[in-house]
Amino acid sequence: MSESSNIIELKHITKSFEDGFVAVSDFNLEVKRGEFVTFLGPSGCGKTTTLRMIAGFDRPTSGEILLNGKDISHLPPNLRPINTVFQRYALFPHMNIYENIAFGLKQKKTPKDIIRNKVKKVLQLVDLEGFESRSVSTLSGGQQQRVAIARALVNEPEILLLDEPLGALDLKMRKEMQLELKNMHKELGITFIYVTHDQEEALTMSDKIVVMSEGKIQQIGTPEGIYNEPENAFVADFIGESNIFNGIMTGHLKARFAGGQFETVDDYPEGTQITAVVRPEDIQITKPGEGQITGKVTDVIFKGMHYEITVQSGRYELVIQSTKSAEPGSSIGMKVEPDGIHIMIAAEHTNYFNVDMNRDQMLEFNGSVLDTKVENIIKGSRRNADNQLVASNGELIDPEKIHIIAAIEPSDIQMSDNVEDCLVQGIISDLIYMGDHYSYVINTDIGQDFIVDDEYLWNMGDLVGLVLPIDKMRFTVKK
Amino acid sequence: MRFSRKLLGIPYAVFLIIFVVAPLFVLFFYAFTNGEGQFSFSNLTGFFSDPNTLGTLCYSFALAFVVTVVCLLLAYPTAYFLATSKLKAKGVIIMIFVMPMWINFSLRITALKEILTMIERNLAYYPFLNSVLGMTYDFLPFMILPIYNVIVKLSPDYGEAARDLGADSAGTFLQVTLPLSVPGILSGVSMVFLPAMTNYVVLDMLYNSTYIMGSLIGSYFSAYNWHGGSMIALILLAVICGFTLLTDSIGEGEVKRGGAML
Repeated sequence: MSESSNIIELKHITKSFEDGFVAVSDFNLEVKRGEFVTFLGPSGCGKTTTLRMIAGFDRPTSGEILLNGKDISHLPPNLRPINTVFQRYALFPHMNIYENIAFGLKQKKTPKDIIRNKVKKVLQLVDLEGFESRSVSTLSGGQQQRVAIARALVNEPEILLLDEPLGALDLKMRKEMQLELKNMHKELGITFIYVTHDQEEALTMSDKIVVMSEGKIQQIGTPEGIYNEPENAFVADFIGESNIFNGIMTGHLKARFAGGQFETVDDYPEGTQITAVVRPEDIQITKPGEGQITGKVTDVIFKGMHYEITVQSGRYELVIQSTKSAEPGSSIGMKVEPDGIHIMIAAEHTNYFNVDMNRDQMLEFNGSVLDTKVENIIKGSRRNADNQLVASNGELIDPEKIHIIAAIEPSDIQMSDNVEDCLVQGIISDLIYMGDHYSYVINTDIGQDFIVDDEYLWNMGDLVGLVLPIDKMRFTVKK
Repeated sequence: MRFSRKLLGIPYAVFLIIFVVAPLFVLFFYAFTNGEGQFSFSNLTGFFSDPNTLGTLCYSFALAFVVTVVCLLLAYPTAYFLATSKLKAKGVIIMIFVMPMWINFSLRITALKEILTMIERNLAYYPFLNSVLGMTYDFLPFMILPIYNVIVKLSPDYGEAARDLGADSAGTFLQVTLPLSVPGILSGVSMVFLPAMTNYVVLDMLYNSTYIMGSLIGSYFSAYNWHGGSMIALILLAVICGFTLLTDSIGEGEVKRGGAML
């Protein structure tokens, strides 16, 4: 029976709060006994909420949590054989280390001498022998973290939940604890469910990673799988550094993107619009003219293990990681082997672009002021008596510190011959007939491709202006 | 001369010397002298040999103890509920508890007196009960607020950690929430117990003829027995000092372990 190897299963878990915010939606996951599973995602993606539902602090709005095949979603936390290591440790300040660790066993009415033995053993495990009578406040952050882990482990839970347990530690300490946790997991054979926003931590420690964004699972896979075969642009962007391009399949195992022709290992029908992901370390530097594309080095940063080289190739910017340096300003060729390219079918063609806020606190894009009210975009902001933009707390909003991303659908953009009157101009680099309209890829003067749907036929290589209606733009503020 | 921050303390230091330190010396002087201005222990021995004064001390103690316990029993659940509930009207409810403090206390006690008179007809029947009622009514907010302040600042993580480690809700309260709110309880207790020993105005306004320490001192002074009155004030001071040291030593343990004293 395959059921028996799954210690916990989450089925169609949804959690929405009273104010209507949906923290987690339709979350499905199976965890095998003894696995090290990591929930990875940016803050606010629902990973901690999911963990809290497994622990029992929050109840799912709908869906079931099965532990060894039994629904536990309505059991209170004290009746679940699951223990948690909290982000801020939550050690009881009125108890010493011994009392803290013994707390769980005391609730189970374990005899005193057994408690004493178990506490001693678990303190050895976390390398804190002899700390029994110390008080919590005399311990360093790293030591408190170990006590928190010991306090959870001493109960011999079936599942150990860890909510960003290393977030408050400094880098060196964090690296050490990562290794120790990994070793503990191997030694004890307990299932670990770990929450982090640190992709490196997730890749280092996990057997299985669940990448989440906006309450939804983006991808579940092994660290290698998620790194090498991201399922969508979010995962590719979030895990490691990547160069992401919009492009098109031009033939069998052939694709065009970033202004070059590439051989691929992923096959999709000719004409499919794709998103191509190339990892910085998969781009090889060649002599100019020898690779698939050429470009000019704009920036070189020494990163210790490698150089990070930024290259401008036509309108595209690429990041390369190489052990060899390159001269800024020099021309280089770039080559990518087929297995270094990961092709995904472009799920959506929404165009995203950055808009700036100018000194008058108006939105500006490509040198033109957009006729919008910024105070309607930034939540809680308003104009004060001097017509300056202030946040809800009355503080002035610094245009330098605010980043606004605008989104517009391909069908909302019109192309125009009056190039000068348009916000953006560009050259048509690709077009596909989609049955009832043409889909165009426009290389624009802002160094970004726009995808535009239009029912009329324009020619490849035409210089066109793009009309972007402001009322069709959606703005999001990035902190 | 260079301005130093210490200079800012001068006004208060002057105030302290004139109105606190100097009167204390006067108090000491009167307490240990007799009518002829000679040094004497007769006031001290007089207090402890008079069954009436000793009786008043015990009565005050008992009254203050009962008032404190009643206040605590009323205040803790209220504060706990206020601090942990997610009610939208929480601010309004807290306001209801704080608002009586905005009304002049003699007005409040007079209102209470009228109500009690309606119920009991003659307030002389239940002097102890009336004293407890009056003082509890007067001092309750001083117990609620410090406890509320401590509980509201307790991280919900502690409660969740206890539940996570297998404690049920009663166990979580008894083993975690209650011990962690001890600092609030202690400051509440000292803010209620000490005035309850001395605040005889409440009793006076309730037409209450029983004596507590405050009224005893008042009666000595109004009879121009400044020496005896000073000694009783000094003894009360010693009692209060002892009590404060006691709560502090309990509180210190809590503070050292990470609790928060108000």
